Amino acid sequence: MKKALCSVAISAVMATTAAAIAQEAGGRLNLVIQPEPPGLMLGLLQNGPTQMVAGDIYESLLRYDTDLNPQPSLAHAWEMSEDGLTYTFHLHEGVKWHDGEDFTAHDVVFSVDVFLRETHPRLRASLVHVVEALDDHTVVFTLVQPFGPFLGIFETGTMPMIPRHIYEGTEFANHPMNATPIGTGPFKFNEWRQGSFIHLVRNEDYYLDGKPYLDEVFYHVIPDAASRAVAYETGVVDVLHGGSVEYFDIDRIMALPDTCITDAGWEYFGPHSWLWLNNHEGPMADVNARKAVMHALDREFARDALWAGRGELATGPISSSTRFYDPDTPSIDYDPDLAREYLAKSSYDGETLRLLPLPYGETWQRWAEAARQNLQEVGFNVDLVATDVAGWNQRVSDWEFDLAFTFLYQYGDPALGVSRTYVESNIAKGSPWNNVAGYRNPEVDELWMAAAISPSADERQALYSEIQARIVEDVPVAWLIELGFPTIYRCTVNDLVTTAIGINDGLRDAWLAP
Amino acid sequence: MIRFVLGRLVKAVVILVAVLVLNFTLIHAAPGDPAAVMAGEAGATDEKFLEDLRRQFGLDQPFHVQLWIYIKGAVQLDLGYSYRRGMPVAELIWDRLPATLLLTATAFVISIVFGVIAGVAAAARQGRWGDTIISTLALLFYATPLFWVALMAALLFSVVLGWLPGFGYETVGANYTGLARALDIGRHLILPATTLGLFFTAVYVRMTRASMLEVSRLDFVKTARAKGLKPGVIQRRHILRNALLPVITLAGLQAGQLVGGAVLTETVFAWPGIGRLMFEAIAQRDYNVLLGVFFVSAAMVLLFNLITDLVYVIVDPRIRMTE
Repeated sequence: MKKALCSVAISAVMATTAAAIAQEAGGRLNLVIQPEPPGLMLGLLQNGPTQMVAGDIYESLLRYDTDLNPQPSLAHAWEMSEDGLTYTFHLHEGVKWHDGEDFTAHDVVFSVDVFLRETHPRLRASLVHVVEALDDHTVVFTLVQPFGPFLGIFETGTMPMIPRHIYEGTEFANHPMNATPIGTGPFKFNEWRQGSFIHLVRNEDYYLDGKPYLDEVFYHVIPDAASRAVAYETGVVDVLHGGSVEYFDIDRIMALPDTCITDAGWEYFGPHSWLWLNNHEGPMADVNARKAVMHALDREFARDALWAGRGELATGPISSSTRFYDPDTPSIDYDPDLAREYLAKSSYDGETLRLLPLPYGETWQRWAEAARQNLQEVGFNVDLVATDVAGWNQRVSDWEFDLAFTFLYQYGDPALGVSRTYVESNIAKGSPWNNVAGYRNPEVDELWMAAAISPSADERQALYSEIQARIVEDVPVAWLIELGFPTIYRCTVNDLVTTAIGINDGLRDAWLAP
Repeated sequence: MIRFVLGRLVKAVVILVAVLVLNFTLIHAAPGDPAAVMAGEAGATDEKFLEDLRRQFGLDQPFHVQLWIYIKGAVQLDLGYSYRRGMPVAELIWDRLPATLLLTATAFVISIVFGVIAGVAAAARQGRWGDTIISTLALLFYATPLFWVALMAALLFSVVLGWLPGFGYETVGANYTGLARALDIGRHLILPATTLGLFFTAVYVRMTRASMLEVSRLDFVKTARAKGLKPGVIQRRHILRNALLPVITLAGLQAGQLVGGAVLTETVFAWPGIGRLMFEAIAQRDYNVLLGVFFVSAAMVLLFNLITDLVYVIVDPRIRMTE
C-alpha cells in the first residue's frame, strides 16, 4: 500500500514536470530599461542598456551556457586546429536578416574584419590574422598566435553580426539605418517611442523551429528606481533585470506572490568590484598603506547590509565565475587590528584621502559611506568626493583620486577582462577601464602574456594561479565583492535566464505559462 | 502698445543670446564630455574610440569655434544635432513638448483655480477654523518635497488602492485611439498633474490670502462698506481684483516654468517630457540637447514676462506701458 502511494506521488510529480516542459507559444513580455539607451546599433554601442535590448535583435556565432561552455547560435558547429591557430565555423543554413536578405559567411567576414575592427575598442587589437569565407556557410579564422580565450569572444555584445548589404562602403556611425536595426535575432525592432518604450516583435522567419515563443516584447523606460518597483508591483512589468531596483527594495518585492529571483545570467560578465588605489602618487603608493585599506574594509557587512546578501566576497583579481579562478590566495579578510599594524608600518601621515563613490545610485553611495567609516576606524582621514557619472569618468581617467569605487566585467576569461587592468602596457590616462591604479610588475606582466597565448588549459590554469597569488600579495587595488545582480521576475515566465549573459539574449527561449 | 512690445522683443533677443553664451560656457566648464560619457558606458575604450567620437561630435574644434557655430545656428533657430540620440535637437524637443505642456498646463490651471478659491475662502474666514484648516494644509504642501509627495501618491493610489496608473503617459501596447486614448492619457495625467499642482496651489493660497487681507484694510474698502454694498460684491469687485496683482506676478513666474519646471515629477512618474530630457542630457553631457532645452525655457520665461506685464495693464488701469 505504501509503495502504491509512493508511485502515485511520483507519477503526479512527473505529470507536472511534463506539463511545465511543454512551452507555450504567444504572449507579451514587459521589461524595464534604464537608462534609456543612446541607440540600438550593437556594433556601434556597447553600453549595458543597448546590449540588453539589441541582444534580442542581433546574434553572434556562439552563445554560452551558465558554465561558459560555447553553445550553437549562428554557427551550429565549429572546430579548432591542433596548433590552436585555425578555427572553422559552420553556419546555419536558411538564416535571414530581418529585411529578408540571406545571412552568409560573407556577412561574418565583413562584421569581424571591417565593421567591428573599426568601431569596437575591445576588438581592435588585431588578434585575427585572416578571416575568410570558404563558401556561403563556412568561415575560417586564422590567428597570429594561439589565443586561449578565442572561443569566448563570440558573445552577442562583443561580436554581433552586422548586415554587409546595408553597411558595406558607408559611414557606419552616421548610417540612417542605425535607427532601425536589422539583425538575425529572434525579435525584430518595431517601434521606439523616446522616453516611453521600445517595442520588439517576434521574428516570424527565425531559423529555429517554433522559436521564439513570445509574440512581442516591451521595454518600458522608467527613470526612477522606486517607480520601477511600483511598475512591478502593479503588474505593468514582469521582469526587473539586475540592478533595476534598489537593493533595500528586494525583500519587499520578493514578498509579493508568484515572484521568483535568480542570480544566474551574469557569469560571462562576472561583475567584479574594487577600490582603485592610486599607485602613481600619494599615500596609496605605499604597499603597507594599501594593505591597511584592504584589511580595514568590512566587506561582509557591506554585502549583507547594502547588497541584500547578494554576491560573494572577492578573493583577488579574478571572479569565481570566470575561467581559471583560484581561491587559494593570501587572505584579504576584514581585520582592523592587522590594518592598524600595516598602517603603522606605512608612510601614511594623516593626509586626507579623496574617496570617489561610484555615482550609480543609493547602494553605492551608502557603500562609500560605510567604507569611509571603516577606514576612519583604523586611522585614515577620508573625504568623500561627490561627482556625477561624467565627472567620475573624468576623475578616474585622469587619476585624480586616492581611492575610487568601480566595477568591471571580466568577459569569462582573464585574458579578456582581467589582465587589462593590471598590465603595465595598459597604463594611460584617458580611460577609466585600463590599468588606472598604475600597477607595475614586469614579472607578472610576463605571466599574463604567457597565459593568454598558451593553447593548453592546464598550463593556463597554472599560470593564472601564480598570477592571482602574486597580485594579491601586492594589493594594487582593494578587491571588494563579486556583485550579485539578481533578476526578479514573475514565476510564470519560464526559461528566462538560461545563458551566461542572462536576459541580454535570453528572450529567445523564454515562454509564458498560462 | 506696439512700440512697447517691439522694444521688449528686441531686449528679449539680446537676453537670449547672452543666456546662450553663458549656458554654453557653463556646460563646457563641467568635467567630462559626451564622448567620455559614452566611452565610459561602453565599459571599454581607447584613444582612437574617444577621438573618433569627439571628431564626430565636433568637440575637437577650439572652444570659440564651437561657440560661434552654435550661436550662428541658434540665431537661425537651428538647435543642432544630438549625436547621442541620433536626432536633431529641435525634433527631440518638439516630440517631448506636448507631454510636458499637457502636464504643466494642467497643473497650472489646477493650482490657480484651487489656490485662488481656497485663498479667498481662507481670507473671508480669517481666524476661524476654516481658515486654520486651509492655511495648515497649504503650509504642509508648501513644505513637503515634491518627489516624496509623488512617490507616496503613486504608492497609495496605484499600488495600495489600484485606482490610477502610477507612471507613464499612456497604457503601453494598448493601441487606443480617439476618445479612448484621450481618456487613457487623462487617467495617467491625474497623479502627476495633481502632485505638481499641489505645491503651486499652496503658494497661491498663501499669496491670495495675505493679499486679500491686506487690501481689505485699505480705505476704499471701508468706503465701499460705508456705501452699503453687499459683502460678496466687495469681496469680488473691490478686494479680489486689487489683491490679484501679486498672484499674477506669481502666475507669470510659474508659466515661465511650463517647459522646464517638472523635472522631478516627470522622473518619478516616467512622464516622457522635456524635464526628463534635460535631466538626462545633464548626466550624459549631451550639450546640444541641454542648450536647446535652456533656449526654449529661456524664451518661454521672456515671453511670459511680457504677457504678465500686459495682463497687469488690463487688471489695473493705473499701470501704464512705458519704454
